[in-house]
Amino acid sequence: MMGQGRLAAWGVGLAALVALPFVYRDPYHLHILVLILIWSFAYTSWSMMGRFGLVSLGHGGFMGIGAYVTALLWNHAGLSPWIGIPISMAAAGALAMIVGYPCFRFRITGHYFVLVTLALSGIVLQVITATRDYTGGSLGYTPNRASGNRLLALQFDDKTTWYLIALAVWLFGIVVWHWVDRSMARYALEAISEDEDAAAAAGVDVTAEKLKITLLSALMTALAGAIYCQYQMFITPDTVSGIAVSLQMVFAAIVGGLFVSLGPTVGAIITILLAETLRIGFGTKAVGWDNLVYGVLLVLFIIFLPKGILGSLLDRLKLQRKVPRAHEQKAVQVARPGA
Amino acid sequence: MVKRFGGFTAVNNVSFRVDQGEILGLIGPNGSGKSTIFNMLSGTLAPTSGSILFAGHEIAGLAPHRIINSGIGRTFQIPRPFRRLSIFENVALAGFYGQGRHSRAKAEEAAERSLAMVGLPTDRHASVDGLGAAGLKKLELAKALATAPKLLLADESLGGLDEAEMDQAADMLRNIRDELGITIIWVEHIMGVLMRVVDRVMVLDHGEKISEGLPSAVAGDPRVIEVYLGTDAETTQAAAAEARRRAGG
Repeated sequence: MMGQGRLAAWGVGLAALVALPFVYRDPYHLHILVLILIWSFAYTSWSMMGRFGLVSLGHGGFMGIGAYVTALLWNHAGLSPWIGIPISMAAAGALAMIVGYPCFRFRITGHYFVLVTLALSGIVLQVITATRDYTGGSLGYTPNRASGNRLLALQFDDKTTWYLIALAVWLFGIVVWHWVDRSMARYALEAISEDEDAAAAAGVDVTAEKLKITLLSALMTALAGAIYCQYQMFITPDTVSGIAVSLQMVFAAIVGGLFVSLGPTVGAIITILLAETLRIGFGTKAVGWDNLVYGVLLVLFIIFLPKGILGSLLDRLKLQRKVPRAHEQKAVQVARPGA
Repeated sequence: MVKRFGGFTAVNNVSFRVDQGEILGLIGPNGSGKSTIFNMLSGTLAPTSGSILFAGHEIAGLAPHRIINSGIGRTFQIPRPFRRLSIFENVALAGFYGQGRHSRAKAEEAAERSLAMVGLPTDRHASVDGLGAAGLKKLELAKALATAPKLLLADESLGGLDEAEMDQAADMLRNIRDELGITIIWVEHIMGVLMRVVDRVMVLDHGEKISEGLPSAVAGDPRVIEVYLGTDAETTQAAAAEARRRAGG
């Protein structure tokens, strides 16, 4: 449900976000904002399935495929990212189906599902590292600079353009999140996450519904990887794939709030700012510290604040607003004792 | 049909039919194979051998959601509501996915009708947590009805209710048949309340059918009495005395 007030708030917020780079031009701060927006989109993509109890540690794999397939097609086959990105998304989607179908068909759920997906992101990382003749291995990979049309190559030098692209992609993620949230598919997926047999007894094709949301999530995550690659023009297996990236997605989504649309965005603000602070404050001495902090915070959040920062905040606001309503409900119950 | 689990035969060559518009009671002591038959009909288990025809089509071994979509609704013995959804959303979900995912508006209509039929509020946001045992049973029934079944499989729907609630629930099943023309197979181990409503009864023991027929005839069948009351003289006498006492009161 979106009330008039909320719609207006979204409109004003968006207008401000679009106007920002034209007023404020500090390149470093814009760079941070672009990173936050791209990673927010990746985290939102993860939360599409994560919010229904489908905890995947394989999303680093999908992101890596999105980034590397797009870059490889550009460098080796001369294919524009406009074609390369859809191909990379299709590749990630196909992999998601190959891994997801047997898992869902044979009811690999909970911890076992997490383990299977963990293997997936490990395998993608290994493949990228092992095929170093093509991918540059752990040293990283750079898409060739475009000599001709910049738009065709999806390569831009100014931060403002990238900021607007990242903003559009981020907004797309939020819109898809709301679209799923308001669909019947959400009912089905909530039901599946609670009780697969009872969901099937309501007529839900459990395997198909899980596959659909997994496919959607994988496609979006691959897009995030490709956009990240086009923006940074340099990717390494560790920054776009592997278990660390997957864990970072889980961390950000849970800390921000899994069940609210802007939760993953709040998570991205926290992770990016934390990583930047550590990098500037401690330099190379702090390499890997952010992962340590993520780990500790994740445990604390799961125990003390499972709905995340934004989720808990919104709950508290709602609770305050609902106080007078509780009396109304009691009155209704008294008036209708049979109900 | 036959169902074996390893070396154990849970259902041994049980064969039966249910006619359109009929209420068939399926009774038997614990472990007699009622639930296994029920699970084969609803697709949770595939029969080891045998076949299940529904309106002329073979449904044995189909996935549960396909069976639901072919026009068979089911309830669970222990209610299994979706607590993350409201009461209305629970039923609307069944209305949408149980009827081939056609239209949301139709699903919501079906939800309103089903909730009204079982006597639950049609308010969109009422939480499942507010329901007691009887309310949860009603919700199970509303979910099954929302899938627009031609055949309803009702699993021991009265366990855990008091006598008034039991009578109410039994009447509700009869209303569902009378008003909506839905055929019902009712699995239950409380015999009394079932006998009042069903057209025919089938009694199972150790995976085999031991009796079938009109409630009055089955209640007098010595094999049924043996299964339910035991054979030794003391219990039989005690049961007879109990029956006389009830008749007198």
